[in-house]
This record gives sequence, C-alpha cells and structure tokens, in this order.
Amino acid sequence: MIAIDALETAADRLMEKAAIEIPDDYLGGIKRMVASEKGDLSAFVLEAMLENYEAAKEDRRAMCADTGVPRWFVKIGNEATVQGGPIALEAALRRATANATTRIPLRPNRVHPLWRTDHNNNVGINAPEIDYSFEPDADWIELTSVHKGGLFGTDYRMLFPGDGIEGIKRFFLDTLVAFGKRGLACQPAIIGVGLGGSKDISMTLGKQACCLRVVGDRNPDPKVAALEDELIELGNSIGMGAMGFVGSSMVVDCHIECGYCHTGGMPMSVHAFCLSSRRATARVHRDGRVAYRTDPQWFTPYMRRETVEWESTPQSSRKSA
Amino acid sequence: MGEHAAKLQKVRLKTPLRAEDLAGLALGTVVYLDGTVYTGREGVYKAAIEDGWPLPTDVSGLSNVNFHCSPAAAQLDDGSFKVGAVTATASFRFAKWLDQWFSLTGTKVIIGKGGMNSETYRDIFVPHGAIYLTTVGYGTGALLGRGIKQVKAAHWIEELSIAQAMWVFEVENFGPFLVESNLAGESLFEKTNREVSANLSKVYEGTRPATLRRYGETDDRSDEVV
Repeated sequence: MIAIDALETAADRLMEKAAIEIPDDYLGGIKRMVASEKGDLSAFVLEAMLENYEAAKEDRRAMCADTGVPRWFVKIGNEATVQGGPIALEAALRRATANATTRIPLRPNRVHPLWRTDHNNNVGINAPEIDYSFEPDADWIELTSVHKGGLFGTDYRMLFPGDGIEGIKRFFLDTLVAFGKRGLACQPAIIGVGLGGSKDISMTLGKQACCLRVVGDRNPDPKVAALEDELIELGNSIGMGAMGFVGSSMVVDCHIECGYCHTGGMPMSVHAFCLSSRRATARVHRDGRVAYRTDPQWFTPYMRRETVEWESTPQSSRKSA
Repeated sequence: MGEHAAKLQKVRLKTPLRAEDLAGLALGTVVYLDGTVYTGREGVYKAAIEDGWPLPTDVSGLSNVNFHCSPAAAQLDDGSFKVGAVTATASFRFAKWLDQWFSLTGTKVIIGKGGMNSETYRDIFVPHGAIYLTTVGYGTGALLGRGIKQVKAAHWIEELSIAQAMWVFEVENFGPFLVESNLAGESLFEKTNREVSANLSKVYEGTRPATLRRYGETDDRSDEVV
C-alpha cells in the first residue's frame, strides 16, 4: 500500500519543480537552436529565455507567471494500491495544487467559464484535470505535473484518408503559422500531433505527445518516426522563429501519437508546448521512496498496444518513452 | 546576455516616460524600466470603463506605464504580498477599451504580449502619443519578477481576484522589453509578418487543402489570427 502522505508530498514538490526547473532535454534543444539561429531578434529572445531559466532556478521563482492550466497525469502500476483509494489520491492532488499555488507562488488561473469565479488556488470544477494510465507488472504510482498554457497554439481538424500526408502537412503548417505570428504559441516548442482516435482522443493524444514525450524521443513505428523528422524540418523552414521574428527556431521537437480511428476519417490535432515546457514526474514506491525525473515515460509499449490481449513481459514493458 | 543581444540597441528609462523618451525609441530597441508600473487588463478596464467604478487611485499621478499582466503572487498572513514571476498576457483582446483608458489615465506606454494591429495603433495609440513595448519570449517571468522591488498596492483584489486586480509595482532594471510600436504607429510584428509571409507560398508547396472546408476559412496566409 502506498501512503497517501507520500503521494501528496511528492505532488507538492512536483508542482514546484515543474514551475521552476526547465527540463534538461528541452534546455539542450533551445541551446542548439540559439547556436544555429541567424535571426538576431529571434536569437535575442532565446538568449533572454536562457537567462530566465537560470534566474528561476537561482531565485526559486516560477519561470513564467502564466501558470497555464496545471494538470496531472497519473500512471498506476497494476499491483499498486493507494491508502484511501482513488478518492484519497484525487483529494491529495487537489490539495497539492492548491497549497503549491500559494506557497511558490503560482498565479491562480482557474476560473468558472461563465461567472469567472476564482478560488485563487487553481482548483475548481474539473480542475485540475487528472488523466490516468496503467502499467503492467508494476507496484508503484507515477505522478506527472504539467503546467501548460491553453489559449493559443492548439487546433483540431477532421481530415480524411484522401487528404493524405499532404493534408497533414498543410494543417501542421496552418497551426504553426497562425499561432506563430507575434509568438502567440510561445515557440520554439515541442509540437505534439494526435492522429486518429475519436475527436476527443485525437486532442488527448496530441496533448500528451507534446507534454509527456521528451526532446530526442522518436515514435517506435519507423514510418511515424520519419514523419516526425519531416515535420520538424518543415516547421523550421517556415522562416519564423521565436516571437514570430524572422528566423528558423520554431519546432524543438515533434511527437506524433496515433490511435485507431473511424475507417472514413483521419482526425488530427496539433499542440504546441511552450518556452517553459513545465513538466516533472515522480515515481512513488510502496516503501515511501520517491524518485524524481523530467521524463514522464507515459507512452509505454502497453499504452501503444494493438492486440486484444496484453502478453505480460516485465522487461520490455517500460523500455520505451 | 549573449552575442545576439549585443547587436541590439539598448536603453534604460525612468517612469513616467517623457515625450522625448518615447520619441527616441526605434522599433526593436531593447528597453529596461525603473520607477513605477501598474497592471490593468480586462477586469480593470471593464470595471472602470463599462461599469463606471471610480478609479481606486490617481493613476495619472502614479505612472504612465500600463502592464497587461497579472503576477504569480500570494497574499501573506500579514497582508503583504509575495510576488514570484511576472508575465504578460495577449493584448489584442483589450483594444476596445484603450481609447477611453488612455483618456482617463494619461497612459503613454502599454507593455504586453503580441502587440496590437496597425489600425489600433493608428486610431488609438498615435492620437494619444502612446507606444507599445512587448515582453520577450513569453515569457521571461523570473527576470521580470526580479525587477519588482516592491508591491506598492493591489487595488480591487477583493473584487477582481489576484489575476485581475490592479497591481502597482516599484521596479528596477525591469525588462527586457522590445519596442513593438513607436510614436508613428509602426509595428515591428507587422513588419516581421510581411517578411515571413513572403516565404510562405514556397513552404506550402506540396501540401493539400483539407477536403472538408470551414466557414470563413482563408488561404491568405498574410492574414493574422489576432
């Protein structure tokens, strides 16, 4: 049984780490972009961001004041049990969100859509969102905190099989160009693409692809991986950089996730993470040990399974990410 | 900052900014501020302009720099405030209130995210002698947070919440910002967009418009979504 206090303490710490510490994989990507960026204004913006990451860590203050919409991704080992059950777990995540909002501090962003009621703690109806996934042959729980903006940079479109790769490229460019102007998408960013699924799952896959996969990771399907590479190159050839200034720094990485969809359709979503790419993960063990990292390892072979049954193979089940 | 920053022109100015300060600012100049800055966004504008709330303080005597932002802040038990990061929010949504806001407060500088369109600059900013500074990256929240030396007031915090209150900050070496619009109403973003758009038809070669179209859809990629 995993103690609820251990989970709440880890969640509170994750809120802080996500808000303050730029993940190394993304930082490395930005440093490579500064080195190759020819546009002075675009490069100036990236240099300012590098300075900002340092200032955030030194002062232990949030990288960005726009908290976005803080949310949780929870991966539960098949053998794991939580003290108090899932209801206690959700209460712990809501408490950690509220307490960390005041303690760090983070800007309370969450309001009622109509009445604009603000509890000043980033908690409310359906907030924070909690996504779940499961993992075979594991007795731990992993929590991932993501703070991502939500106003610009993301779009959905119903494409059809006849639209093909050319249609995918068109919608990818449309989204990047539309939201890249004036830098509304806070690029250069990790871009997530959801392909297939139902409409809502297409959005979910794209969101998870951009927030939960790290720079340098490739889809295990070689053809999808090749398309990821192609979309990175396409995005960086637009001629636009940070804040929409002339340049080449648009896509730090591109991650595509697929879901089987209606035979007549090819739904697609595009999501841009941001210049602060706020994510942090903790694995909480039964004995109370907690290991922190920045790679959520969300998309495991189990998550991407195609078959009816899952053949349990403990060694292979956590290799991807 | 790095080698690219060294190529850009930099100035450090005191608030309130004087007409001659504003006149000297060219598009793309890097600006840092010292003095006093206040925040105001949809909550403040709507309250003062549409709902007729009297201004909570003499804004024109305070500062002529309006930051479109709300801080990552919390109120401590003793009533004081802890401010962490500060980042701008997208300004184009507030254009409809600015003409009256400029008249009401004498504000000459808007700091925000993404700028305005050139009609707004021409019709509202230029007649009021106002300019627009954009925050950088969206955002350098920690650097801007460092620049805040003191919270002088948080007006309407009960009525409008932390995110929408009118915060008054004493600032030092507060930046970086870039001059997005000058006194002539020219826009760095629009100038940039024209340059980027020139390349777009080439980038789109080999792509295909979606089979299912949408109402109001355009393929004119010099159009903007703001």
